[in-house]
Amino acid sequence: MSDFADYTLDHLDVLESEAVHVFREVIGEFDRPVLLFSGGKDSVVMLHLAVKAFAPSPVPFPVLHVDTGHNFPEVITYRDETVDRLGVRLVVANVQDWIDDGRLRERPDGTRNPLQTVPLLETIVANKFDAVFGGGRRDEEKARAKERVFSLRDGFGQWDPRRQRPELWDVYNGRHRPGEHVRVFPLSNWTELDVWRYIEREEIELPWLYYSHEREVFSRDGMWLTAGDWGGPNDSEAVVNKVVRYRTVGDMSCTGAVESTATTVADVIVEVAASRLTERGATRADDRLSEAAMEDRKREGYF
Amino acid sequence: MTHELLRFATAGSVDDGKSTLVGRLLHDSKSVLADQLAAIERVSNERGMESADLALLTDGLRAEREQGITIDVAYRYFSTAKRSFILADTPGHVQYTRNMVTGASTTELALILIDVRHGVVEQTRRHAAIAALLGVRHIAVVVNKMDLVDYSQEKFNEVSASFTDVASSLGLVDTTVIPVSALVGDNVVDASDTMPWYTGPTLLDYLETVPVGTDPRDEPFRLPVQYVNRPRTAKYPDFRGFSGRIASGVVRVGDDIVVSPLGSKSTVTGIEVLGTPVDEAFSPQSVTLLLADEIDMDRGDVISSTESSPLMTNEITATVCVLNEQPITAGQRVLARFGPKTIRAIVESVTDRLDLESLTHLPFNGALEVNDLGTIKLRLAGDVAVDNYADLRTTGAFILVDEQDGSTLVGGMTRC
Repeated sequence: MSDFADYTLDHLDVLESEAVHVFREVIGEFDRPVLLFSGGKDSVVMLHLAVKAFAPSPVPFPVLHVDTGHNFPEVITYRDETVDRLGVRLVVANVQDWIDDGRLRERPDGTRNPLQTVPLLETIVANKFDAVFGGGRRDEEKARAKERVFSLRDGFGQWDPRRQRPELWDVYNGRHRPGEHVRVFPLSNWTELDVWRYIEREEIELPWLYYSHEREVFSRDGMWLTAGDWGGPNDSEAVVNKVVRYRTVGDMSCTGAVESTATTVADVIVEVAASRLTERGATRADDRLSEAAMEDRKREGYF
Repeated sequence: MTHELLRFATAGSVDDGKSTLVGRLLHDSKSVLADQLAAIERVSNERGMESADLALLTDGLRAEREQGITIDVAYRYFSTAKRSFILADTPGHVQYTRNMVTGASTTELALILIDVRHGVVEQTRRHAAIAALLGVRHIAVVVNKMDLVDYSQEKFNEVSASFTDVASSLGLVDTTVIPVSALVGDNVVDASDTMPWYTGPTLLDYLETVPVGTDPRDEPFRLPVQYVNRPRTAKYPDFRGFSGRIASGVVRVGDDIVVSPLGSKSTVTGIEVLGTPVDEAFSPQSVTLLLADEIDMDRGDVISSTESSPLMTNEITATVCVLNEQPITAGQRVLARFGPKTIRAIVESVTDRLDLESLTHLPFNGALEVNDLGTIKLRLAGDVAVDNYADLRTTGAFILVDEQDGSTLVGGMTRC
C-alpha cells in the first residue's frame, strides 16, 4: 500500500470523474448535444452523471428516446417521471410514426429493434443535434472494445472504424463537418459491475423490472420473453409463470428476462459478479444473429 | 480499503504471443465468460484447431478476423479482488508506433513482450523507447515462450540483462522482468513449478501490487477550466464556479491561485466535488472552484497555484508522433488542442526525426510521415499555459488537428 493512500481515489471515483470530464468537454465544444435516454440502467446512470457534472445548474441539454412502441410500459412511466423530476426536456422519436406514414415497414418477425436506426438518425438531423451521448460500454461486445469516447458519424450516421480518430490522453477531438455528428460515450470504461456498484453507492432508483418479480413469460431462442402486443407468443409457445428480472430493458420483442431472485441492488451485484454469461449474451437476441452483428449495426448508425 | 484502478498497455512484436498472453490473463483471472468462451471454441473448431485459441478473445473487428491481424487499440476490462484493470491492447505490427503511442498515453504501465528465443529485438527497443517518451512510469517485461527453451534460467538471464541495458539507456527506472509461458499459463496468474529458480511475482501479482498513480502532494496544482458554471436560477442567482478536472496537485480552500494566461490572481473560497462542498480536492477529481474575486475567465484557461505556475508562451518545442496519413511540414497551418484550449498554430519548423533503429534523434527538416516521431517548433496565435510533459503529463500534452476535415494529425509532448 502506498504512503499516499489518503490521496488515492477508488476506481468508481476515477470513472465518475472521467465521465464528468467528458460531459463538460461536450458542453464546451458542441452547440446542440442530446442524451439518449431509454430508462435503461446505463442511460439512467449517464443522466445522473450529467446532473452532477453541471450542479447546481440544470442539465444543459435535452434527452432523446427512440420508442419502438414495444417498450415495457413500466419503463416508459419511469422515463416520464424522471425527466419531470429533473426538469429536462424529453424528445421522443416514435417508430410507430415512421411505420404509419410508410417511411418504415414492419418486419415479418415483428421485432422493431432494427427499425430504430432511421428514426434516430432523422431525429438527430431534424433537431440539428451535433453530439449524441450514448450509454455504450467497451466491455459489452467485441466491436465496442475499439470504440472511441468521441465517435465520428458521417452525414448518413454511419460509423467507419478506419476513420475513427486516435484518442490520446484526455484530449477529445469533436471537430466535425456540417451534417456530421459525434456519438459520445461517457461510460466507455465502465463494466456492467461498475454500473451496478455505482447505482448502489449513489442510491439511484431504477425501473423495478431490473429486480426480481413474478412474470408471465414464454421461451424463444433460449430466452424468456414477455407476452405483449408486439406479436409474441405464437401458438406453439407456452406461457408460464417465472420469477425473473431483466439485465437490460430494450425492445420487448428481443430482450429476454433471466431467472433471478435478486430483489435489491446488493443481490444484483452478487448475481452479476458470479454470472458466467455476458449481459448481451444472456439477454439480447439481436446480437446473436452473426459473429459480427454489432459491428454491422454500428456501421449503419445504431447506438 | 480503496479498490484502485490500474491502466496498462501491452506491446509486442508479431508472434511474440501477445494475444495469447492477454487471453490467458483474462481467462486465468476468470474474466472470460461462458458465452465468450463458447464463441471462440466454436470458431477455433471451424478453423480446425484442437483447443480454444485464446488469441481470438482480443480480435474484435471483422476485418481483423478475416486478415488475422489486429488493426487498432482495443480496450479490455477485468478485475480481481484487489484491483480493477483497464488494458489498452495495441497491435504489434501495422501502424504500431501510432497505436502504441495512443495506448500508452492513458496508461501508467507498459507490458512489453519478448520471445525468449529471439531476445531483445529492434521492436523491443522501440516499444521501450515509446514508453519512455510517453512518460509511462512502470515497465513489465514478459519473457514469453519459456516452455520452448526448457524453462532455462540461463536463457532468461541473458534476455533480462540485455533488456536492463536498453532500459537504463532510456532512463526507465522501474522495470520488472518475468519469465512466462502464456501458452501453458506459467507465471501469468498462477506461479509455475517449472521454474523453481524464479522467486519473483507472477504477472498478475505484479499488476496487483505495483503502485498506482503518484502522490498529488508532490505536484503543483493545475486546473484546466472546462466550463464556467453560472446557473442564473432563482436559487443560485450569483453562483459563478469554474469547473474542470484537476490535472495535477492538490487545492484547498484559502489557497492563492493565478489564472493563466491573463495572470489574474484570487483566493479559493469554496470547492465542490460534483455538488458536495469539500475543504480539499486533488488530481484526478472533477471539481468546481469558487473564487473570492470576479475575475475574467474562459474555457481553456488554467488555474494554478501562485507558488508554481505553468509557463506562458506562444512558442513551443515538442516531440510529436504523426498519427495521420497527412505529413507534417514547416509552414503548415493547424489547430492546436491543449486540453480544453483550442488555438490556431503554424508549424514553424521540423528539426529532427527519431531514428527507430539507432534510437537517436537525427537532424531533419523534411516532412514527418505517419508513425514518425520527431521534434517540431510551433508558433501559436496567442499565449497558452503549458508544462514540460516529462514533469506534468496532462498540461504538457497536446494534439494538432486539421482545420478542414477535423482529423487528429499528431500527438505532442511539450519540452520546456
